[in-house]
Amino acid sequence: MSVIFVNVVLLLFLVITALAINQQRNLFAAVMMSGIYSLICASLFVCLDAVDVAFTEAAVGAGIATILFLGTLAVTSYEEKRVVKVHFTSLFLVFICGGLLIYGLSDIPAFGEHSNPVQTYLADAYVNTSFEVIGVPNLVTSVLASFRGFDTLGETTVIFTAGISVLMLLGRGKPKGQSVVQEEIK
Amino acid sequence: MLEFATALILLAMFMALLSAIFGKTVYDKILAVNIFGTVTVLFIAVFGFMKERPEFLDIAMVYALINFVATIAILKFFEYGDMGRGSSLPDDVDI
Repeated sequence: MSVIFVNVVLLLFLVITALAINQQRNLFAAVMMSGIYSLICASLFVCLDAVDVAFTEAAVGAGIATILFLGTLAVTSYEEKRVVKVHFTSLFLVFICGGLLIYGLSDIPAFGEHSNPVQTYLADAYVNTSFEVIGVPNLVTSVLASFRGFDTLGETTVIFTAGISVLMLLGRGKPKGQSVVQEEIK
Repeated sequence: MLEFATALILLAMFMALLSAIFGKTVYDKILAVNIFGTVTVLFIAVFGFMKERPEFLDIAMVYALINFVATIAILKFFEYGDMGRGSSLPDDVDI
């Protein structure tokens, strides 16, 4: 009961933070609040027993993403341009996407249900057969790197590409004038 | 008892959130994020004991480290205007 209460409160905080970020015109404040957003997300993941995901969310969302956002802010302006016009096409598309996602939710089995595939045979199959099938003594490694190998490859590719593109966007500015060392050579 | 502590920590989270939303200066917001990180560490620790899984404490400690690094980075950004790469050495390398 108390866990459900905690979940509901944390989800409420998420909604409040998202609305506040949306209303915020000062980009620095928005970056700060996105850090708070990912901290709430991480707490929610801890409540759902997904501690590893929570850990990644805290490191990437609250740590690296905030720093990358700040680095980007250093080369742009602090204030967002005010857009008064409402784009009804975009609103319509957003509602359609959200509706599809909620429709897709109805197919997902309930959290922690006895009859979920992971509880009935999948975990047993991993524990019993992974050494024979894969040949790696560590169960977690064999699941992550072999059973879900393509999944892991895709994740690392996405993160690597995102990191490279952010670095390319930020660039490194040309040095102003001549540097100290070059003047000493003269 | 632990439920009560969790409820109070959630209240503290809410107050930090309010401070982040309605804080007047930028420093209020930085402080709010830092407080929120600390409260998250507390929350994970207490929640771990509430669900009788105190090994969550390790994770809470790593959260404290991440929180510290993030705050240092933000303050560095304020001090130098960027991530403090302003070295006077020649820097021909471009990414």
